[in-house]
Parts: sequence; C-alpha cells; structure tokens
Amino acid sequence: MPTVSEALMRVAEAAVTPLMPADVLDLFDPLRKGADLRARVVAVQPETADAATLLLKPGKDWRGHVPGQFLRLGVDVDGVRHWRAYSLTHGPRRDGLISVTVKAVPDGVVSPYLVHGLRPGALVHLEQADGEFVLPPEGGKHLFVTAGSGITPVIGMLRNLFPATDAGVLRPGRSAEHDIVVLHLAPSRPETIFARDLAALAEAGAVRLISHYDDEHGLFDLARLTELVPDLAERGTFACGPAGLLDALETHHEALGLPLTTERFRASFVGVDAGEGGEVVFDRSGVSIEADGATSLLDAGEAAGVLMPSGCRMGICFGCVVPLREGAVRDLRNGAVTVATPGETAAGGVPIQTCISAAAGRCEIDL
Amino acid sequence: MTVITKKPVNPIAHLTPEDIEQIGIELDAIRQDVLDSRGASDAAYIRRIVDTQRRLELASRAVLLGSVFPPAWILGTVGLSVAKILENMEIGHNVMHGQWDWMRDPKIHSTTWEWDNASTAEGWKHSHNEVHHTYTNIVGKDNDLGYGIMRVDEDQRWHPMYLGQPLWNFINACFFEYGIAAYDLELGRNLRVPKDKRSEEFKRRASATLAKIRKQATKDYVVHPLLAAPFGAALPTLVANFTANLVRNLWSHSVIMCGHFPEGVETFERKAIPANETRGEWYVRQMLGSANISGSKLMHLMTGNLSHQIEHHLFPDLPSNRYAEVAPKVQALFEKYDLSYHQAPLPQQVYSAWHRVVRLSLPNGWLETTTVTNAPQQLKLLYAMSTKGPKVRRAAQARLEQTARRRRAEAAAA
Repeated sequence: MPTVSEALMRVAEAAVTPLMPADVLDLFDPLRKGADLRARVVAVQPETADAATLLLKPGKDWRGHVPGQFLRLGVDVDGVRHWRAYSLTHGPRRDGLISVTVKAVPDGVVSPYLVHGLRPGALVHLEQADGEFVLPPEGGKHLFVTAGSGITPVIGMLRNLFPATDAGVLRPGRSAEHDIVVLHLAPSRPETIFARDLAALAEAGAVRLISHYDDEHGLFDLARLTELVPDLAERGTFACGPAGLLDALETHHEALGLPLTTERFRASFVGVDAGEGGEVVFDRSGVSIEADGATSLLDAGEAAGVLMPSGCRMGICFGCVVPLREGAVRDLRNGAVTVATPGETAAGGVPIQTCISAAAGRCEIDL
Repeated sequence: MTVITKKPVNPIAHLTPEDIEQIGIELDAIRQDVLDSRGASDAAYIRRIVDTQRRLELASRAVLLGSVFPPAWILGTVGLSVAKILENMEIGHNVMHGQWDWMRDPKIHSTTWEWDNASTAEGWKHSHNEVHHTYTNIVGKDNDLGYGIMRVDEDQRWHPMYLGQPLWNFINACFFEYGIAAYDLELGRNLRVPKDKRSEEFKRRASATLAKIRKQATKDYVVHPLLAAPFGAALPTLVANFTANLVRNLWSHSVIMCGHFPEGVETFERKAIPANETRGEWYVRQMLGSANISGSKLMHLMTGNLSHQIEHHLFPDLPSNRYAEVAPKVQALFEKYDLSYHQAPLPQQVYSAWHRVVRLSLPNGWLETTTVTNAPQQLKLLYAMSTKGPKVRRAAQARLEQTARRRRAEAAAA
C-alpha cells in the first residue's frame, strides 16, 4: 500500500504532467527541501579591486561542509550555464549562509561576472561540498603554502579555527591543538585576497605568517623553504595554487620524504587545435579513432561503426545531440569552438550536435 | 500549386548557380549575426515566457475550481486555452527545435523537453524536425504536404476519397493533437502491415504514444475535474478542459496550415532535388516553400513565431524571439533576388489555405471548366469519376485538363 504522501505525490504528478510537481513548486520556492540544489545570492562584498566574496543562502537540502572543501557553482553568464569550483572560505556559520571568494581572472568568463556582474537576489546552482583538503581534527603542526587565489580554502580552515569578531580574533578550544605557519605567495601586496584577515590572524598570534610578494622580494625559490620554516620536517604541508607551484612542491617534498596535500581546481588544460582534428574516444562504445578537423564527428563515428543517433545531418534537427564529456569540438559551419572541461562544465558533459561538429583536439564523447 | 519544375514560369529560372550559393552565404551571415549577439536577454525572454505560461495555467486551473459560476468558467477557459497555446507553440515547438540548447540549461533543452500534446517529443522531433524541415515541400518526401490524408498539390493524383477532404481537414483541426500523434507514428502505413509483421520500433513508439495520450487525457478529463468536484465544478471543469484543447487544436492547425498551404507557396519534385543538394539550394527551397503571417507582437507570440515561417524554415534553430528582427533582412534578400516573399494577415492566409483544400478536393481542371450553364454535365462527370473506376477517371481527367488548357489559351489570346 502506498503511503498518504506517496498517493498525494501521484495525484500531483498526474495533475501537472508532462511537467513534474517540482517544476511547479520551483515557481514559488526554488530553495525548498527536495528541490535541485540552488542558492540565493545575499550579498556580493568586494575584497579587492578584482575579488569579491559571495554570500549565499543555500537551499534546504544543503548538507553543510568542512572548512577547506570546495563547491561547484553553476551560473548563467550571457545566458549560458557555466560551472566552476570555488573553495568555501569559512566554517559552518550560525546563520546558515555560505560564502565563496572569487578573484576575477583577466579574460575569464565566469569569475569577472561573479565579481562585477552578479547581483543580490539572483539564483545560482550548487552541488554539495566536496574535496579532501581538510585539516585533521586531532590537530598537529601544519604548513600552508598558498599562492594567489589558492588562499581561499586555507582561509576557510583558519576562519573556522579562529573566528574573527568585532572584539578581535577568537581562539576557541578546538584551535589549541593546531600550530600553523602560512606561507602566502602573491604577485604584489594589494592583490592579496584576505590580506587583512591574514594580517589580523598573525597579529593575534593565531598563525605565523610569511608573506612573499614577487614585486618586492623577487620570484620565490623553493630552496628557501627550509630556511623560512626551520621545522618543516615536523609539519604536514597543505598547498593550493597554480599547477606549476604544486608540481614543484611535489618534487621538492618527495625528495625530502615529507607529507603533502594539494588542492587543484583545474584539470589539465584542454588543447584546442582548430582545424587540426584529433583523437575521438567514444566512452561507452569503447572505440577510439583519429578524426581530421574537416570531418563531422557523426561521419567519423559512423565510419568507425559506432551506433550514432542522427537526423538531418545538417545541423537543424538536433537528433544527433550527445554529451561531449571532455575536450573541444569545432562547429563546421562557423568555426565556433565548444569546450567541455570536467569540473567546470556540466557534470554530464556539454551536449553537442555531432553532425556539424568536428574534433578540435582530443575529445571524449558519451556514447 | 504545382511542383516548380512543371510550372510554365519557373520562379527560380532567373537564378544562376552562383546566385544560389550567394544567397546561401548571405543567409549564413544573417544567421551568424544573431548567434554573435545571442545572450542574457534571450535567455531571460524564454525563462519569462515559461514562467508566465506556468503561472497562467495554474491560475486558470484555480479559477476553474469555481467554474460553476459562468464568469469563472469563461475566464478559466480563456486562460487555459492561451496557456496551452503558448505551451505548444512558443515554448514546446521551439524548445524541441533546439532553439534554446545553447543555454546549456537541462530544464529548457531539446533532449529533455516534453510537451502538453498527444504526440511524444521523440515522435515529433523525428517527423517534424528531421523529415519535414529537411525535405520541406518535396512531394512524396515531406508528409506535411497534406499529412497523408489530403491532396494539397496538383501533382498528388486525385482520388474520389479527396472529395471529403474539407471535412477531414475540419475534423483534423478539431483533434489536431491526435492527428499529429497518428501522423508521427505513420499510423496509416503501419496499420496496413499485418499485426505480427509490424516493426518492434513501431510497437515501442505506438505504446509510448498511447501512454502519453492516457496521461494527458487523465490530467484534463479525470484529475482536474475530480479536484473541482468538492466545489461542485467537476463537469464544468471537464468541459473547460475539452474546450481549451479544442481551441488550442483549431488555433495551431490554422497557424500551421498558413505555413505551407497558402496559394503561391511552391512545392518541389522529388527527382528534381539533387542527391547532394547544396546549402544554398536547400535555403532557396525553404524560401519558396513557406509563407508568413503578418500581424502584431501578440500574434507572433501566440503563433509561436511561426508567423515568421519563412525565417523559421531558414533558421530553425535560432531563438524564436529573434525572427522578427531577422525578417526585414530576409525580405530584402528576397527582393534583391526577385523572389516572392509570401506574407499576409491571418484571415487571408487561412482563407487561402482552405481555398486550396477545397479546390484540390476536386480533380485538376474541374473547377476551372465549370460554369453555371455546364454545371449539371460537370456534376455528372464528377459522379462518374468518383464511381466508375480508375479507367474512366483517367480518361475524364485527361479531357478536363485538355479543356482547361484550351480555355487558358483562348483567354490568353483574347
């Protein structure tokens, strides 16, 4: 026997088909329990000239997070949905809000919009917090190496340990077991996100801060690490920043046999070779072929024996649309390049029309 | 109409192959302009339309709970009719064309959309997007030419069955959504196949369509009347739902008839279409094979911008809200290449389309050769053509066409 709520749900479904009851409820309460995870923008607080903290009220199904974790945020820029990962810059808050700090990347698509274009009241899409970059709860001695906006997950951890109040930085009991050094690298002083917070934490004696600004101190040399942090061997290192820094740290720590946890946001960059073609992998079919830049993925796939959905074969019927999991394709009609980057574009991939798309570098198709 | 290759004056005879390719390049440029400027305001447009449609439908259904009071019945029925029209025309049809896929919003995407119609999204996308939009107006290839039940072109051979087509057309208009569902399934052709020999694909799609019809009918004719029953409004609600579906069917049928059936719209011969038709040639076929409805912004919205049928057929995947700004550029291109841009107000186009349905229900030449004085003989001839088998029909047909030709020649000489 169905329960009363199940029966009611069936009636609701029958009353709104072909929509789902959720589509109707979304009109009134997009943040309710059971809805797709979304958040309402409460405030956009400027941090520096090109960085801002977004204060978000998440939907009722938000499961919370551990400081240092990141979340994937889906926003519509120029009408197109984009997904990006951002670190949560605080511990769980009493008001239930969450915040992420975003630095506008020059020539970026999403970050400049979040910093300069997003307005309070807007809805954004969310995924639950994720990531292994979290402090061990039992405490210990740590070194944080952060560069540029890589400071954001670290700020999350520090704010949770040492909440900042009007009366100054607090040092609750849970922070007593942690001994923390922060080495922060940035191109120059004013661009440092959370510079004030870091300085305040250092002044309060909560952490030992080593700031390194390229324009003042020259490019940072990893060989100086043991000199700046004499007890490096006793510390666990957490690093977040550009791939170059993380790769160098990995080599450095491996040579010394030291533990290292890193946080990377971007998968390796997708190579775009317009007109050059590339390897095309049909994931589920287990087929991999070399396609040139002038042959449609539909033709190439069919020639390789892949069961491709198709229709008009001229770009009008949308019968051939399949998800591009990773990689880049070029529109044969106008050369427009579509890129799918796991972690940045939609989780299931970016839907593309195979009949008018050719490979522009390596690509993976969900077929 | 007659396929253009058999016309005394072929409307594209003056175009060189280079002209045709140039038309293709210029149309591509118009398309690219829209793609380059497509953005947040377009996304806001479709979201606003979807939001408005859903609120209108909910509000109308709420009002119908009180439909024992006639003013509430009228208000609710009008609202529901408008909501259903918007849902099918400006939203469903266009979303399923992939016009909004660029937003990458899984909630408004051709691969996930399902509409309030007896036809399944899958069936519609095949018969409409793929067959009709690719083979537009090619006799024998584009089933939209008469939907397989009507004769809308001189080059479709006359059969006595077509005498009833004004009636079939009216019945089809009233139950258009079911007509479309049957048509998407190619029901006529498939039902002629013995039951045990029907393809698995047909059986799967037929049962999906039946399930869809059951769901839609349950919603309109069972669930909502029952919800209204406590207010004593079960029957008025049922009638209101039926009326709204009828209004939506009549409206969408009229709009769609205006797209390709008005007099002057061209059709094409299957064997005259090259195997590897170029983009330019395809564009020209779309230009000649469609007709527009002129009117207000509200008219464009309620037709789902199919009032810009020509622009829609040239650029089926451009967002519908942009057809209006593209139309003057397209029209200028028609003028530049001396082609006929068919555009008229709705009543005129509906009349023209119906006129063709009636005219072609009769054998070619019959109406032309009939006068008041010879009417009795002509009726006798028609009766003979309808009852005496194919041989008599062919002979009489030849005579009719001969007489019609002679009359045309005499008229021209005079």
